[in-house]
Amino acid sequence: MDVGRMFGEVAPPLWSGGPAPGGFYSFPGTNNKQHETKTHTMYPSTSGTSVVGLVYDGGVMLGADTLGSYGSLARFRNVERTFKVTDKAVLTCSGDIADYQFIREVIEQKVRDDEISGFTPVLNAGALHCWLTRVLYNRRSRFDPLWLECVVAGFKDDKPFLGYVDKIGTAFEAQEVASGFGMHMAIPMIREAREKKGNLTRDDARKLLVDCLKVLYYRDCRAHFKYQVADVTAEGVKIENDLNLKPDTSWSIANFVRGYE
Amino acid sequence: MSLAVMGGADYMRDPRKHHFHPYADNGGTSVAIAGDDFVMIASDTRLTRGFNILSRDQGKVLGLTPKTMMASSGCWADVLTLKKVLNARLTMYSHEHHDVMSTTAVAQLLSTMLYWRRFFPYYVSNILAGIDEEGKGVVYHYDPVGHMEKLAFSATGASVAQIQPLLDNQIGALNMKDATPPTITKELARQLIHDAFVSAAERDINTGDGILIHTITKDGRTDEKVKLRRD
Repeated sequence: MDVGRMFGEVAPPLWSGGPAPGGFYSFPGTNNKQHETKTHTMYPSTSGTSVVGLVYDGGVMLGADTLGSYGSLARFRNVERTFKVTDKAVLTCSGDIADYQFIREVIEQKVRDDEISGFTPVLNAGALHCWLTRVLYNRRSRFDPLWLECVVAGFKDDKPFLGYVDKIGTAFEAQEVASGFGMHMAIPMIREAREKKGNLTRDDARKLLVDCLKVLYYRDCRAHFKYQVADVTAEGVKIENDLNLKPDTSWSIANFVRGYE
Repeated sequence: MSLAVMGGADYMRDPRKHHFHPYADNGGTSVAIAGDDFVMIASDTRLTRGFNILSRDQGKVLGLTPKTMMASSGCWADVLTLKKVLNARLTMYSHEHHDVMSTTAVAQLLSTMLYWRRFFPYYVSNILAGIDEEGKGVVYHYDPVGHMEKLAFSATGASVAQIQPLLDNQIGALNMKDATPPTITKELARQLIHDAFVSAAERDINTGDGILIHTITKDGRTDEKVKLRRD
């Protein structure tokens, strides 16, 4: 028998130049989208800038402004990007605001699920941090990242906890954590204060945090004067909204700048 | 003329455009030295990203079993994932066999796990140190995609170029005329590890802050922390 005829040859087209069989009618249940490629977000759109967090004697404090920038445009001046997850955890994110709002809804649903099951202990900051690590790493491995730098503050085993996770899953715990520009400007300020004074009290921490945010407002073009502060102690979470840096800043020095008239 | 046609110049780029890279280099250096009845494995405690120090207190050596430890550094996100999966595999093994996995078996498992990700690798440099079935100290060195080599001593990570030649000379007695390799005692190993990290911290910004030195013997494990320069 002619083997070549059995396996080697392809059947000739029904008619050349004509439509493909079935080409005029889309049969239900057939997948016509198999050659469509999927595109992922590879850069942030509306984004938030630095987050600053530090551990003090008996608690953790977090601060972030409320600006949603669209490139260099200060597009939304009142987007809150700090939220209370449970009595033992707060999450603040910089990066893509949409991705933050998405992850917030997922977490909120998760906390509700835990609550109604009744047997799950309250989600603490350590657990949330660990969970975020896995979610963000998983998304980066699928080349569909959540464009975020997350700062998790709260309590773990009755001790203050402060952790960081970024869009590729880089995660660590530290006594002071910042994202974006804060990593360059706030971290040295906090480390210096700690070196000088050792243990920080709650008042020290608050003053230091506001100082950091002020420096960031002066120097970071994407920063804003409206901000939020979250404070977690053994008693629980306290978030202050609608705080304002503007009364504490002075721009009079701007009059001495020459050469840009 | 559109920006795309002019191309190139950095200041003309749309400021919103960042590009996604799934990997980061987070520094970190590890060293391991095997003796006849012990093994010493150490890493620095600095975690970096570019010119930033993310943490000054991040040890990179993970205790896997009472007789085996692994040091890994490179892309920290991958390090965390690799550690997590490896620990899960060891737990599964211990449940299945009612026994702790031997160092030799852990060494092979690690190689297999790294090669499993051959085409989207864990960007991680690993050293595995432990006590083998005969009670001897062993060191295994890996590349990111699972190549594995059994050695008497090894360095890996950010400062490998500073430390490995020192160990080759001082322990291997390489590149010297009429030199015989010394007997490795705990004192010598500790001193060499300390010296190696001190000199690496002088020259490499990705290494510093502190060293965590772990010593494993058949009787158990001891840990020691040593300070390094923090600038």
